Amino acid sequence: MAREVHGMVEKRGSGLWLTHVFMILGVMVIFFPIWLAFVASSVTQPEIVRPPMPLWPGDQLWENYSKALFSGVNVPVGTMLFNSLVMAIGIAVGKIIISLLSAFAIVYFRFPGRNFFFWMIFLTLMLPVEVRIVPTFEVVAGFGMLNSYGGLIFPLIASATATFLFRQFFLTIPDELAEAARVDGARPMRFFWDIVVPMSRTNVAALFVILFIYGWNQYLWPLLITTDPEMNTIVMGIKQMFPSGDDVADWPVIMATSILAMIPPVIVVVSMQRLFIRGLVDSEK
Amino acid sequence: MEKRVTFRGWLLPLVLIAPQVVISLVFFFYPAGQAIWQSLFIPDPFGLSSQYVGLGNFEFLLNDKFYRAAFGTTAIFSILVTLCSMIPALFLAVIADRLIKGSGVYRTMLIWPYAVAPAVAGVLWLFMFNTRVGVISWYLGQLGYDWNHVLNGGEAMGLVVVASAWGRISYNFLFFFAALQAVPRSVIEAAAIDGARFWRRFWTIVLPLLSPTTFFLLVVNVVYSFFETFGVIHTITGGGPQQSTTILVYKVFSDGFVGQDLGSSSAQSVILLVVVGLLTIIQFKFIEKRVHY
Repeated sequence: MAREVHGMVEKRGSGLWLTHVFMILGVMVIFFPIWLAFVASSVTQPEIVRPPMPLWPGDQLWENYSKALFSGVNVPVGTMLFNSLVMAIGIAVGKIIISLLSAFAIVYFRFPGRNFFFWMIFLTLMLPVEVRIVPTFEVVAGFGMLNSYGGLIFPLIASATATFLFRQFFLTIPDELAEAARVDGARPMRFFWDIVVPMSRTNVAALFVILFIYGWNQYLWPLLITTDPEMNTIVMGIKQMFPSGDDVADWPVIMATSILAMIPPVIVVVSMQRLFIRGLVDSEK
Repeated sequence: MEKRVTFRGWLLPLVLIAPQVVISLVFFFYPAGQAIWQSLFIPDPFGLSSQYVGLGNFEFLLNDKFYRAAFGTTAIFSILVTLCSMIPALFLAVIADRLIKGSGVYRTMLIWPYAVAPAVAGVLWLFMFNTRVGVISWYLGQLGYDWNHVLNGGEAMGLVVVASAWGRISYNFLFFFAALQAVPRSVIEAAAIDGARFWRRFWTIVLPLLSPTTFFLLVVNVVYSFFETFGVIHTITGGGPQQSTTILVYKVFSDGFVGQDLGSSSAQSVILLVVVGLLTIIQFKFIEKRVHY
């Protein structure tokens, strides 16, 4: 009986095949832009500028990628990759550290101004960087942080989301643990390091995945504050590789750069899929 | 909810919370205050002094036909991006949900676009539709359709919408798929025993159960298309042709940094601030409801 009902709900036989066909078609359509970029990064410029370009990879992979990585257009893509890596890790680690600390303070202490600070952090949720670009740019310029990693990282580091996430989690840590720590005469920071941080491991990892991608994929902010090509990040640097005016873009190198720009976040997302989905669901709650 | 057990002392917690508070003050509140302050002035052409104009900048903006057009463009753009990313995602999630085996493989493949930055997505789609070398524009040409998003505003809008929606399909798929997996099998099987066919079950049982997820995604996708699509527009169209793809965030950038009109750009920031505030309130109102749900 149960099996028959299952047959009605989940597809079997010809219906199952049809379902797979739909699914494969869907995946192919979604995947096509990435495939095409990959193909373009493996052929020569003449093959691209005389349309239609081939839809199957050529043999120029090594040439195009080494040209991109070691010479690029304005600056070697290797440099841009490194800048992106510093920025993404800096944002992820920085956000996690300051959020862990502030959430610990808000949950485990009663101190003057606690509510005030809590609301202050809450309000930053409403201020995406895009909304306050001109004045934030002036602040960063005033500190002399243009073209620096500090300038890339700090303005994006304060995150109410991460603080709330940790606050929610800390509230679920049994009171007995804090009680025991207090009875044993453990100092608060000892409790923080020995109990709270180890218990937050999974949350930290899930958040890291989300924040790494957030940092890696930033565009507008690096575009504004890195005027020196040496400091460009890869995501904003691709656009800079297009020639101004009527010159023909060096498509194979640009497409190789696009592929290089997506490899690190794709690896993070695909290899840590479970953590990623958990982080996604957690950070939107 | 509060902890019963807390630690004593007031200095330590202040030290712990200080980094976040300092960063929020320096990079959030001060710039936001500056935006509000600057929105009340018009700087002279040399940037030496500025004149207080009260709400003059706002008055000017609301009467400015380009700014009104940007509002309309943003509305159309965000509605289209939301629809183009949610409908295919729901469709794929429904199909994947019918498979007992193999949905994990498809899921892994479908997650990819989420990891691709909007600006990179812009470059990929620009490449496919490029008027000189684009594969799709070339095949369209063979079919007798002359694709040119550089001149045609409607085609430009279509292209930025598709490029922006593309990565969001992954995101929406994950949420829809999780929600579908959470629909109790017993309810669906009961309906199946009563003879309800697939589409009938979908419309009368599954879709209503998905409504909290759908509403949540609606809000999140609108926020996304308002603020995070800058990279797509900057790489593909640069707001053109004739401002046909200039959304509000793009206009803040082009007036403030390219046009150097700080008063107007700040006033636009303040208006956007109000919009974000409203959207955030909607989001939180909804989340409160979902907790009770």
